[in-house]
Amino acid sequence: MLEARRGACDGDHLLARAGRRGRPCAGAEAGRGRVAGIVEFEHVGLRYGQGDEVLRDLHFALSPGEFYFLTGASGAGKTSLLKLLYLAQRPTRGIIRLFGTDVVTLPRGRMPGFRRRIGVVYQDFRLVPHLSIADNVALPLRIAGMLERDVREAVTEMLAWVGLHHRADARPATLSGGEQQRVAIARAVIGRPEILVADEPTGNVDEAMADRLMQLFAALNGLGTTVVVATHDYALLDRVQAARLLRIVDGRLQDGPPPERGQGRPIRPPAAIYRDGDGVVPL
Amino acid sequence: MAWVLAIMLFLTVLATAAGVATAAAAGAMGRELAGRATVQIATADAATRAATEQRVVDALRASRAVRAVRVVPRAELTRILGPWLGDTAGDGELPIPALIDIDLADRADALPQVRALLARIAPAAQVDRHGDAMASIGRLLTGFTVLSATLVVLMAVATAAVVILAARAGLEAHRTTIEVMHALGATDVQVARLFQRRLARDASWGALFGGVAGWLVVALAGSQIGAAGSQLLAGLSLGREGWVAIALLPVVFVLLAAIVARRAVLQALGRLP
Repeated sequence: MLEARRGACDGDHLLARAGRRGRPCAGAEAGRGRVAGIVEFEHVGLRYGQGDEVLRDLHFALSPGEFYFLTGASGAGKTSLLKLLYLAQRPTRGIIRLFGTDVVTLPRGRMPGFRRRIGVVYQDFRLVPHLSIADNVALPLRIAGMLERDVREAVTEMLAWVGLHHRADARPATLSGGEQQRVAIARAVIGRPEILVADEPTGNVDEAMADRLMQLFAALNGLGTTVVVATHDYALLDRVQAARLLRIVDGRLQDGPPPERGQGRPIRPPAAIYRDGDGVVPL
Repeated sequence: MAWVLAIMLFLTVLATAAGVATAAAAGAMGRELAGRATVQIATADAATRAATEQRVVDALRASRAVRAVRVVPRAELTRILGPWLGDTAGDGELPIPALIDIDLADRADALPQVRALLARIAPAAQVDRHGDAMASIGRLLTGFTVLSATLVVLMAVATAAVVILAARAGLEAHRTTIEVMHALGATDVQVARLFQRRLARDASWGALFGGVAGWLVVALAGSQIGAAGSQLLAGLSLGREGWVAIALLPVVFVLLAAIVARRAVLQALGRLP
């Protein structure tokens, strides 16, 4: 069982209502005040073109340093929610705050700075095919303008961490699915992002590799990174202790664990958002 | 894309050279012909013709409407007519008209004054302004200059269109990579720089090959024109300014491609969230 890092606070106000004391969140007054979430969605909706909304009235906060699983059936809206998280899409309504800043109305020119604080692991890896493994991993650092000698040092260290330092000059096409996924993770975390988003990271790998990937994610969470893993593989939920659950059904967040889990280990829900004197806004 | 740009630049170099040369020829012809005329005395009797010629020359030299007078020697006329008349051109009995070249004073009434003078002293004499005879050729040369300039502009537009299409095709082909770079925090300028470099590299190769090929053709055409020995064609020269202009064309070309590519890429990237 992997141990997720407990956040800087126990931002679970449902626990507080159940009478269990927890550590107050930074910046929150006791029992009242706004949750200092690293991510805050307020009544967020998303539609593509003129169609129906694929995400409806999302209203939640993610606490810093926590580990979250985002579950739901295929087509429920997981990827769309992740796209909003890593700023590949703007919502059609509502407010999204990242690191305390409203990113919906943020000028386009300021977006790159926020994106550099978020690491993304795609289901299909999305490694740049004509770059070597080392150059793929180095991309975020070079984009950020780091000195080349520092880039090489960081890349060497990162490739060793994911166990691929001996394949630094290889092209992605020559790697197995699991190796490509490790490179994708290395690229996503080399810039020390504050949030790591992974979309079905175990979708293209075997069980042993899935275990290894979850260990990597848990280790990152242990270093303070907020991790959000989207998956429809409910077996993964048991692999990380103290992880929280976001369950999405038909574009809406639902309470409680998925029905398929039956009496499995309960997963803690994410923090709710509320304002001074407003009380808890139900999810 | 490099070979398409090479062809564009090659044609642009040719059009530019043609435009500069015809403009130079039109200008030179205009300067040479401006204010010049020829008095023709076409009298069959040689003695009468000679007397009239002398009378006209004296009057023209005394007139303030005329700056310079030159009697065209018979030998020169014989040489000019030789290709058409053959050996008979040198026959002393042949009633070749007497020709007197004059440079008119820089006054609007100079030619009318000369005509009035000749009407008094030699009514049969004719005055032909050189500019009138060559006016149609001058207009033709000017027309070619305008056409060349138009072609250069169209080539520039077509080059820009090719670059834009190539930029869009490149963006589409690398859409996934661009999305990844955006997600990693790359700015539009950083992404645009990658495409700009590649397109500028292609444009540079195209400029090199197209420019060199164009220069060679222009140099070859220039030497052929020089060898022809034609007085009319002799005005078709590039001059130093013309050579500098076509030498700079590849540089201008690459700059145009780089600027257009950057704008096209930034515009396309601006549509991403």
